[in-house]
Amino acid sequence: MSLTAADFVPIWPELLLLVMVCVILIADLFLRDDQRNGVYVLSLLTLAACAVVTVVSAGSDVSIVMHGMFVDDPMSDALKVMVYLAVGVMLVYSRTYIEARGMFRGEFYTLVLFATLGMMVMISANHFLSLYLGLELLSLSMYALVALQRDSAESTESAMKYFVLGALASGMLLYGMSMIYGATGSLEIPRVAERIANGQANATILVFGLVFVVAGLGFKFGAVPFHMWVPDVYQGAPTAVALFISTAPKLAAFAFAIRLLVEALGHPSLLVEWQQMLAILAVLSMAIGNITAIAQTNLKRMLAYSTISHMGFLMLGLMSGTVDGYGAAMFYVAVYAFMGLGTFGMIMLLSRKGFEADRIEDFKGLNRRSPWYAFVMLLLMFSLAGVPPTVGFYAKLSVLQAALDAGYIGLTIVAVLLSLVGAFYYLRIVRLMYFDEPTDTAPIVASAGARVLLSVNGLAALVIGIVPGWLMTLCQQAMQASL
Amino acid sequence: MSAMPLLTLAIWVPILAGALVLATGSDRNASLARTIALLGAIAGFVVTLPLAISFDTAVAGMQFIETTPWIPRYHVNYSLGIDGISLLLIVLNSFTTILVVLAGWKVIESRVAQYFAAFLVMSGLMNGVFAATDALLFYVFFEATLIPMFIVIGVWGGPNRVYAAVKFFLYTLLGSLLMLVALLYLYRASGGSFSLADWRALPLGMTPQVLVFLAFLVAFAVKVPMWPVHTWLPDAHVEAPTGGSVVLAAIALKLGGYGFIRFSLPIAPDASHALSGFMIALSLIAVVYIGLVALVQTDMKKLIAYSSISHMGFVTLGLFLFERLGVEGAVIQMISHGFISGAMFLCVGVMYDRMHSRQIADYGGVVNTMPIFASFLMLFAMANAGLPGTSGFVGEFMVIMAATKVNFWFAFTAATTLIFGAAYTLWMYKRVIFGAVANPHVAELKDLEAREWIFLAVLAIAVLWMGIHPAPFNAVLEAPVADLLQHLSKSKLP
Repeated sequence: MSLTAADFVPIWPELLLLVMVCVILIADLFLRDDQRNGVYVLSLLTLAACAVVTVVSAGSDVSIVMHGMFVDDPMSDALKVMVYLAVGVMLVYSRTYIEARGMFRGEFYTLVLFATLGMMVMISANHFLSLYLGLELLSLSMYALVALQRDSAESTESAMKYFVLGALASGMLLYGMSMIYGATGSLEIPRVAERIANGQANATILVFGLVFVVAGLGFKFGAVPFHMWVPDVYQGAPTAVALFISTAPKLAAFAFAIRLLVEALGHPSLLVEWQQMLAILAVLSMAIGNITAIAQTNLKRMLAYSTISHMGFLMLGLMSGTVDGYGAAMFYVAVYAFMGLGTFGMIMLLSRKGFEADRIEDFKGLNRRSPWYAFVMLLLMFSLAGVPPTVGFYAKLSVLQAALDAGYIGLTIVAVLLSLVGAFYYLRIVRLMYFDEPTDTAPIVASAGARVLLSVNGLAALVIGIVPGWLMTLCQQAMQASL
Repeated sequence: MSAMPLLTLAIWVPILAGALVLATGSDRNASLARTIALLGAIAGFVVTLPLAISFDTAVAGMQFIETTPWIPRYHVNYSLGIDGISLLLIVLNSFTTILVVLAGWKVIESRVAQYFAAFLVMSGLMNGVFAATDALLFYVFFEATLIPMFIVIGVWGGPNRVYAAVKFFLYTLLGSLLMLVALLYLYRASGGSFSLADWRALPLGMTPQVLVFLAFLVAFAVKVPMWPVHTWLPDAHVEAPTGGSVVLAAIALKLGGYGFIRFSLPIAPDASHALSGFMIALSLIAVVYIGLVALVQTDMKKLIAYSSISHMGFVTLGLFLFERLGVEGAVIQMISHGFISGAMFLCVGVMYDRMHSRQIADYGGVVNTMPIFASFLMLFAMANAGLPGTSGFVGEFMVIMAATKVNFWFAFTAATTLIFGAAYTLWMYKRVIFGAVANPHVAELKDLEAREWIFLAVLAIAVLWMGIHPAPFNAVLEAPVADLLQHLSKSKLP
């Protein structure tokens, strides 16, 4: 068996990115500090080039290459483009921030791009091994990114926690995968599904494996009760990295869940099993995430709990067990990633050298200081709370609809009530921005790129909310064509 | 019928005007913001006039229909249409917006552009609520109105504004979230449609009907507000700036009554019949108990707020009697209450702007220094008390007539409002306006200026016109109300 040219066509984006990371890594060695901007520009160009390649090669067919290790389907194309977008926007937002904190070095960009490559491999994995490899590439880059500010005790502590718990989760996943391998005799996802469908697999071992896999996934998503690392890492990591963790990897984790749970273990006999597990994770995440968020005074920590609750909503879509539900979940995760970008972007906009702007009070009176950014933040907060006409509402609507369609009426009502609890703390930010007088009166400094992009990000929460149809349809069609 | 998308204009002209006002930016351009806001409000009102002129009173169904696919994934359409009930509310809303802009003209000095923009946007969104014939579209507009109102109460309100704003928001959000579940349920039950017309025709068993009815009830009862979920209203009213109070009382409360007419009654008619006793009981409690509560208030705005709740009791009472007079009376009462409560809040605003107090005890003998104002307030107070010849009388009288047909004691209890209403309104009037000049501040009061004169005079004409010649209003309502009752008389049980 040897690889043919046709095997390489679908992995062009990955190859391109890999080559470019190496180029950037080497180029960085030869650049003086005042030429460092080149790395930034080159990284953005790389992402843009990957996006172009992915979009141009996107089709509606599913092609499996590299001896069954890699799959290129509409879902992976759509998610990859979203990942490029999220990473690119994150790079623009964080430019001023990392420069002010001595992190504006080549390592930051190479690590971010390696993490991106990891996500792309995860998204396109057709084999447990490539799935795991992608996950590890992402995680290892992340650990290093969190610890990048090496003089900060907080960052080091959170990197430590992240690493220990992340390694534990990876171990669980691997253990679960090995059991599934034991039960089915294959690591290739379609093969696994086929063996289960044929009844050739040992059901007990399979369910054991499934439990470990779901636990590992729970860790990666940050769903309760596997959420302990999320608040600490969000708070301790530099805001730029927290922004990164909270956005693009969620897209990859979503793909991971689809590949593992739906494509490999989606047989009706197993579906019931993981639906129940996800239901517990979903309710706990929504409840504990939303309720604990109320008590937070640190904005990053509050957003961490908010993320947990959003992951609960995402699970609601995943557990519906229908293609519509997966489409709704995909829409949800895309919308969530994009709102996360905006909110963390706002924190970075208000921060400056020696001031993190990560306490909730730091947003006091923002409407006095800058009505425009207060408005942008207002849109993002209402969007996170799920109030129409912002896009967050349609995300909630579509997963609730999916859950109701699958017959989970009680769960839907619980989710709705918990989102009311959520509205309370998002509203608190709006309240502070609009109803209080500012305590911090320093002028807002940010690069023009970040300003423009942040404005676009906020307005998009409203505009996509007014015309949400196309994005919903896109997610839906991507799912339908891939499964 | 003209080919212009009139309803779309009625919704988007105020919203775009609001965006334009917002674009004027800081308070340096305050006068520009005010001018654009006034022009926007007038334009918003003018585009609703063709609706009223070319409206066909003989048609029971929707008119001026517009439909465009909006979210194809869920078969949601941007579909608009109005019947007589929506028409009256849309015109009332657009008209009130002009008054609100005038009322805030001088008083609002900080963040002027944001203030006017919030009201213009809200006006457009409310028109959207009244014109939407697709449930999801309705919901989006319905919820979106919360955001500007929240900001208005919280930024320009009184000392306890933050508490009031948050309470207002969470209370109403709770109601609407349950309604969302009901909407999703109906979407599923109807096989994938959010169209109100489809839902109206959809057969439903008794249990689902009751559950759907209750979910809608929470949403709309909070808006109306009905006893016992009314407690957000006095807080919100007292803390809101004058314009906020006017819009809350004149328009926002109508969303509740309108919701009953558009959702609860036609979608769950059997449940409505089954639960009508419960609804009537709640309404009567609101009329009598809240009337008594109003009697002991020392704050003028709070008094009017409670009087609003009491008057809105007539709306829900009228709707659940299932009589033509009752339903028509309820709608007339909604419109009339829009004029009267708007006028009352504007009057309190006129006094508050001069004295910075809403306490009845701080006033006395205002008639000596503000005679013209005193005569206007007299008219509105009488209308609030339901004096024949004013609009306040028409709706209440129709509802009481309908109640007599159903049950004498319903009518009797409801009619006590004529006593209580007169008592609390006129007693307040007496303490504030009559008597000797109470203190030096009152002695320094100046009578109405031209701007105030205009908005009070316009409202006075409206109140009298509706009171003396209500026929045009009834004519518009006749067909849709008859159609609704016809629909209600048939069971939807499968």
